[in-house]
Amino acid sequence: MPSSILAFVWLVPALPLAGFVLNGALALLRPASKRAVSVIGVGVLAAAFALAVAVVFELARLHPEAPLVFHYWPWLPVGPLRIDYALQLDPLSGVMLLVVTGISALIHLYSVGYMQDDPGYARYFAELNLFVFFMLTLVLGASFPVMFVGWEGVGLCSYLLIGFWFNEKINADAGFKAFIVNRIGDFGFLVAMLLIFRHTGSLDFTDVFARAPTAFTAGDRTITAITLLLFLGCTGKSAQIPLYTWLPDAMQGPTPVSALIHAATMVTAGVYLVARCAVLFALSPVASAVVAGVGALTALFAATIGLKQWDIKKVLAYSTISQLGYMFLGVGSGAYAAGIFHLTTHAFFKALLFLGAGSVIHAMHRAYHATHSHEDAQDMRNMGGLKAHLPWTCGLMWIATLAIAGVPPLSGFFSKDEILGAAFARGAAQPAWYVFWGLGLVAALCTAFYMTRLMLYTFHGPNRTGDAERAQLHEGPWVMTGPLLVLGVLTTLGGVVNLPPLLGGGERLEHWLEPVTEGAARLAPVLSPAPGIEGLLIGVAVAVALAGLVGAWRLLDLERLVPARLAPPERGLGRLLWKKYYIDELYAALIVRPVVWMSREVLWRLVDQRLVDEVGVNGAARVSRALGWVGSQLQTGELGFYVMLFVAGVVVVLGAAVR
Amino acid sequence: MLLGPSLFVSAVLFTLGVAGVLLRRNAIVIFMCVELMLNAVNLTFIALAQTLGVAGQIFVFFVMAVAAAEAAVGLAIILAIYRHRATLNLERINLLKG
Amino acid sequence: MYEPWVLTALLAWPAVGALAVLLAPARWAKHLALGVALIEFAISVPMWWTFVPQAGMQFRLDAPWMPTWGIHYTVGVDGISLFLVLLTTFLVPLSVLGSYSAIATRERGYYALLLLLTSGMIGVFVALDLFLFYVMWEVMLIPMYFIIGVWGGEGRLYAAIKFFIYTMLGSLLMLVAILALVLVVGRRTGIYTFSYEQLMAGLGNLGPLAYWLFAAFFLAFAIKVPVFPFHTWLPDAHTEAPTAGSVILAGVLLKMGTYGFLRFAFPLFPAVALHPAIQAGIVVLSLVGIIYGGLVAMVQPDFKRLIAYSSVAHLGFVMLGIWALTLQSVQGALLVMINHGISTGALFFLVGMIYERRHSRLIEAYGGIARVVPMFAAVLTVVSLSAIGLPGTNGFVGELLVLLGAFQTHPVAAIVAASGVIVAAAYLLWALQRVIYNPLDKKENETLLDLTPRELAVLVPLLACIVWLGVYPKPFLERMEPAAQHFIDTVKR
Repeated sequence: MPSSILAFVWLVPALPLAGFVLNGALALLRPASKRAVSVIGVGVLAAAFALAVAVVFELARLHPEAPLVFHYWPWLPVGPLRIDYALQLDPLSGVMLLVVTGISALIHLYSVGYMQDDPGYARYFAELNLFVFFMLTLVLGASFPVMFVGWEGVGLCSYLLIGFWFNEKINADAGFKAFIVNRIGDFGFLVAMLLIFRHTGSLDFTDVFARAPTAFTAGDRTITAITLLLFLGCTGKSAQIPLYTWLPDAMQGPTPVSALIHAATMVTAGVYLVARCAVLFALSPVASAVVAGVGALTALFAATIGLKQWDIKKVLAYSTISQLGYMFLGVGSGAYAAGIFHLTTHAFFKALLFLGAGSVIHAMHRAYHATHSHEDAQDMRNMGGLKAHLPWTCGLMWIATLAIAGVPPLSGFFSKDEILGAAFARGAAQPAWYVFWGLGLVAALCTAFYMTRLMLYTFHGPNRTGDAERAQLHEGPWVMTGPLLVLGVLTTLGGVVNLPPLLGGGERLEHWLEPVTEGAARLAPVLSPAPGIEGLLIGVAVAVALAGLVGAWRLLDLERLVPARLAPPERGLGRLLWKKYYIDELYAALIVRPVVWMSREVLWRLVDQRLVDEVGVNGAARVSRALGWVGSQLQTGELGFYVMLFVAGVVVVLGAAVR
Repeated sequence: MLLGPSLFVSAVLFTLGVAGVLLRRNAIVIFMCVELMLNAVNLTFIALAQTLGVAGQIFVFFVMAVAAAEAAVGLAIILAIYRHRATLNLERINLLKG
Repeated sequence: MYEPWVLTALLAWPAVGALAVLLAPARWAKHLALGVALIEFAISVPMWWTFVPQAGMQFRLDAPWMPTWGIHYTVGVDGISLFLVLLTTFLVPLSVLGSYSAIATRERGYYALLLLLTSGMIGVFVALDLFLFYVMWEVMLIPMYFIIGVWGGEGRLYAAIKFFIYTMLGSLLMLVAILALVLVVGRRTGIYTFSYEQLMAGLGNLGPLAYWLFAAFFLAFAIKVPVFPFHTWLPDAHTEAPTAGSVILAGVLLKMGTYGFLRFAFPLFPAVALHPAIQAGIVVLSLVGIIYGGLVAMVQPDFKRLIAYSSVAHLGFVMLGIWALTLQSVQGALLVMINHGISTGALFFLVGMIYERRHSRLIEAYGGIARVVPMFAAVLTVVSLSAIGLPGTNGFVGELLVLLGAFQTHPVAAIVAASGVIVAAAYLLWALQRVIYNPLDKKENETLLDLTPRELAVLVPLLACIVWLGVYPKPFLERMEPAAQHFIDTVKR
């Protein structure tokens, strides 16, 4: 290895793992030792982040052409199959390393305040540390199976943390649903691995990507099947149509978990996977179009649902789904760097939004707790006018709102604009991309609208909490506002890492990622719009964002909103949106209930119990018993009868012998 | 010497035994009829031993030994059944009926 | 000294121990049995290092038994049976320890039977003489019958008799097939022998008779695996058996079926086993096992029954791996066999532990108990995750290898089997949720006691294996690779 610090890259995932082991032991043996848990839980993350920074700086200094692969031990050596436990460091995993450890460290710190009074404090930090370990394995894994370890591991932690307050059935249900839906996606990932191994003879990233251009012909059925199956995995993990339904339910978990797992890191794993497999996706135009199309459709679809949700976290959940759709639109358009760029900025502003929402919920919850009220602490109809009580949260969340809406010069503007630009440029060759671009633009309008709606209902207008509660509302402790401030700075300045040349930037991220994306770029070049058109596009995007903001400001009547318990039921289109297009009900009716019914009534009761066991097994027993009954009729129990038979037998035998 | 009459007597005894076993109901009587059949056979052995050699006489000792053992076990069983059921009528001892 | 005698020692020692347990005072029975089982394990452990992967059959001992009929006492292990022997010696002490508080009546008989069973199981895995194999097959059957029938649950008699008759039906047909094989081969070569190796060498072309013989072997082993539709004895036997009985049944006895395929049915009659229609039929049956077993498991109200059906699904992976006949799939099948023994064994232990406290196996009798018994909940979660094949645990390694290998020869079957991972997650996590999560709404559950140190001592070795096999399975893989390769070469010759 060329340098000493890089040799310690294994420590980055190992530290959170150690944190998990220690905190897990504490959770089982001494659940009350909160101070030790906080020190371990936050400490390992801070150390991991520091180490990650050092590693990425060293990587930047060396700037190697090929990814650095560190082999630790052979995992599955079977004949020609060789899978090592190996980590891979390249520009892409470097970016993800920083995002994951950085955001995780902040959210761990925030959690110290948010979870302070929870009896499951130690278990919470153990599971959160375990999540970071698996996420880093996912990001650093040097082969598909090692990545899959992380891929399913984060799903597991998501399951555990969604159902963190497991004694509520709704929470346990949500966790279960998340795991099963993710498993459906993982099935795609698994089958894709089988295909890849069969056609390239390896599962290591470097081998597969090097052999891919010769092993597959561009656009043939095999590579399309592989990429579509991989994308099925992405739709599960990153909550895209048709497997997005678990993410809104996942909001049952603690809010910092929603921020870390269900907004900033885990759900972006699908985007990372597509970017990682850029070479494969570049070989299959069909799959790329599907990725972009599903992304654009999801972006709009989820954004429309977000327009009519009342639960503050549900709005943000649908917003996350929608933003992930943008990222897929980007990577599907071949703009891998733009997708990763949006992933990064989204991690900043969405984490900020969720943590801000967490502060609001924390405050609301404490207020209700103090007054023994049982109102819903997450329903925006119960909030209003919180600006006066939570000024820091309000200001920072406004920054994030403007960023997600795409208002320059905040970070979200640059990344979203780049994706829309790449999609538009592709439209010149394939008109379908004009449609995707249009969907993305309408989704941007909705985004600006629902985010402004969220802010207005929560922080502005008259307060609807009730008088007794109002006195209890105030900001959380510094460990909660501190991370918000850091994220606010990142949200504001995050765009700097990839300023387009049009605005005098150098596209630093794009160049940084070139070693990863150039293989794909050779097969399917990244298109960007002509400078004149680019300016026009930026103008349109900004106009749309402002239209959404102003539209929400003008259309929503804050004075007429009533608290949740007094609110009239929704009707018409509003009801359709509020009920999320009844997709959950549809899945339950078409898939879940038929499968369970068939398993219980047909497979178990009919086939297993009636046919195989009753007719087959016990039937055979009954047949032999019937035969036995026939024989037993000779057993009269009367000795005279037996002797008669005996004598008759002797006579017959003797007679036969004599003759 | 006296072969014909001896065999005739043994045949009569054996037939009496068979008839007794077939027709009587009482377990003790049936048991005695069985003994009668055994002794009829013994008589045949002795009678034929005159011409065919001593093997027949040796067999008689075997049969007597077996009959003694049988009597011991059989009577014990009959006694046990009587204690249990207070009857020795075989038509009413039919636990083995299928 | 060690190498020729270790297998015989493993065979004889538990039988001697069983006698000692019978003769000693009843209150010593369990401690004595634990000692015997631990020594048995200690005897077997050095095999891990002295085993030479490339050397084929080893630790051999060959002595005439009934030489006039060509019957010898021949024992030996290769990379296939080594792990099954070790799995047996590993699970037995845990089973004894796990029975400490569950078995309160006729303790001497119980522990003596358990040790006798051990002898029988070891015998099945090490026998290289078909007569010895058959004898051992029956030897292991009888103690199991009594363990289920005497110390089992409510419907123990029905379950025990069903188990016994089912197994007997298959094994008698197998005996007929063994005799026919010996006679046919003997008539041609002039040497009448039950020796596995000599029979393999003198086999020649059996013609249509091979189909009948294979059918008899198939039935015997398919019942044991169990392959759909011969599986219905399994839920009954598993459910009614005492905890240790379930553990041994799932952990070791089911492996005898798949081991029989690997050692006898497949190598003796490769032409039949590889006949396209038969191969396709068996692959389909294994897929039915995976999907059907999983779906039926999902709707079971009884936790033990659920685990029993999940065994049908897991063993389906083993069958698929064997019949796919690639190096990865066969090694994967071997790993799944080991993993299933560990994970399902642990699941049965856990259900048994909670049953001792609440006296109910019904899932709906529980709910929310993670708050009362966090340690139990944590262990149950880890074990369930291993059973559904979460990467990083042992379950994933085996299933991935089976799928990777099977995909080379039977791509469609591999894809169908891969969908089994979804079903697996559905049935186990749903059950997990209904047992340890959800509201704690039953009063009886509020006072449950968490795991005791003795119970932890049973579970911790299993947990260690779950992690070890999941993270570093190389020592296992490198020991079984030559044997798996040899199996494939033999079959394909």
